[in-house]
Amino acid sequence: MPTIANSVDDAIAALPDGAMLVVPRESSGVPMEATRALVRRGVKRLHLVALPTSTLQADMLIGAGCVETLETSAVSLGEFGPAPRFTAAILNRTIHMKDATCPALYASMQAAEKGVPFIPLRGLIGSDILAHRPDWRVIDNPFGNNDPIVLLPAIKPDVALFHAGMADRAGNVFIGRDRELLTMAHASARTIATVETIYDGNLMDDPALSAGTVPGFYVDAVAIAPRGAWPLPLLDHYPADGAHLAEYARLAATAEGFARYLDEHVYVKRAA
Amino acid sequence: MSTSSAPPEFRPEELLADVIMRLIGDVRHVAVGNASPIPATAALALRESGGGRPYVSLLGSRRHMFFTDGGRELFDCAGQGRIDVFFLSGGEIDGEGNINLVSIGDYEQPNVRFPGSFGSGYLYYVVPKVILFRVEHSRRTLVPKVSFISAPGGNADNVHRTGGPIALVTNRCLFSFDRTQKRFRLESVHPGHTVEEVIENTGFDFDRPDAVPITPAPAPDVLRLMREVVAPQLAEVYPQFAERVFGVKVAAAN
Repeated sequence: MPTIANSVDDAIAALPDGAMLVVPRESSGVPMEATRALVRRGVKRLHLVALPTSTLQADMLIGAGCVETLETSAVSLGEFGPAPRFTAAILNRTIHMKDATCPALYASMQAAEKGVPFIPLRGLIGSDILAHRPDWRVIDNPFGNNDPIVLLPAIKPDVALFHAGMADRAGNVFIGRDRELLTMAHASARTIATVETIYDGNLMDDPALSAGTVPGFYVDAVAIAPRGAWPLPLLDHYPADGAHLAEYARLAATAEGFARYLDEHVYVKRAA
Repeated sequence: MSTSSAPPEFRPEELLADVIMRLIGDVRHVAVGNASPIPATAALALRESGGGRPYVSLLGSRRHMFFTDGGRELFDCAGQGRIDVFFLSGGEIDGEGNINLVSIGDYEQPNVRFPGSFGSGYLYYVVPKVILFRVEHSRRTLVPKVSFISAPGGNADNVHRTGGPIALVTNRCLFSFDRTQKRFRLESVHPGHTVEEVIENTGFDFDRPDAVPITPAPAPDVLRLMREVVAPQLAEVYPQFAERVFGVKVAAAN
């Protein structure tokens, strides 16, 4: 049974260099405090799976040199424009990119949940996404007649990492409607969650709460990180910090500006 | 139609949203993906004027999203045919309706990189009415042939394809798309723009009638709906857009 870690740094100790790490889209609880802790620790060679897209988090990890392979459907800063460090990394060929489409990532993660080696998906045929994915296959539907369909291998991450509203002391984590977090936890060997607060009691005792809970069975570490998604939003808790994101977009446009951003907002904790 | 001699004042975004409202038509379920504030405006305005129909699923929203099974539910829903309308854009769009959301130049050594394909490599195939929108109408965006196909405009007959493009809306005009011919057709030119200008700024061939109509201006009641009812709803997911276009003040993040 997990206990509540003393710090975010302690919780992410379970995430080694070279791990396959899955993280959620912006609206499902992005663990930004844990991401800053990973950058400070200097994590290397991540195979980052952003389910199914990412914004600031992937851009920051890529810019800080933490990512070797990126597997996702899109990285941008949303209303704040292109993701500058992601774009630079692709143009300079400093990361290996596995372009996907959103449902392919969900489906591959569901295959891992079921413990099956692959899963079929409609679409993709005739696209260059498929043409550039030698790990994907097209077969003729064995139950049909001249019906080509794509097969995707399961994605089995080493670690799932996300931020949520609350967890109890048994490591049950309340995720509400954001059920891709449950899929991520099911599919991954280990799950690390940061939360806004600790729930006094057991989330599994309340049927309304337990329906939206990742059971502690799947969870390896929980740490408290108030405003742990900042400057991204945590829906039902707080909105995005638009002024800060605009500042990030401005600074991260150049490598020098990005380094300054890290100095001012990420490495700053070292001195504290 | 207004009988007033003075033309109603409207913003370009409002005109495009009004065009998209008509393209959506009478359907049960409209989904709106990432980075689509104008389609979101149209879908929410249509729902308001339709007394709750269609259902609108606005990606990234809590209030305008009924899904309870995580991000995959949108795609599962679409795969079953339960989503009638979706919206896609492209860094490049070509005359056969192929869209490119990935890169320009060699894929391994691109000259330009876009964010990525999002859900297009699936939704383009399975949503019956996909409305393409690209606010920048230029030879840079509307090209003879895309560099990278995130999703093709059409497929061979034996490929499962229950969906695809029906139209392309730009800052200059509205095109319809003929899936059998795999060609766009100019349907109307927006007020203040011309057919010559559309030809000049389009990198692909398209069909057009002898007389091309002017896109009608949004009706006053539609404009009122967008500004007074829809704009505050948009601010949840598109705070920057809601403030820039409609002047909705966004609450501080603290």
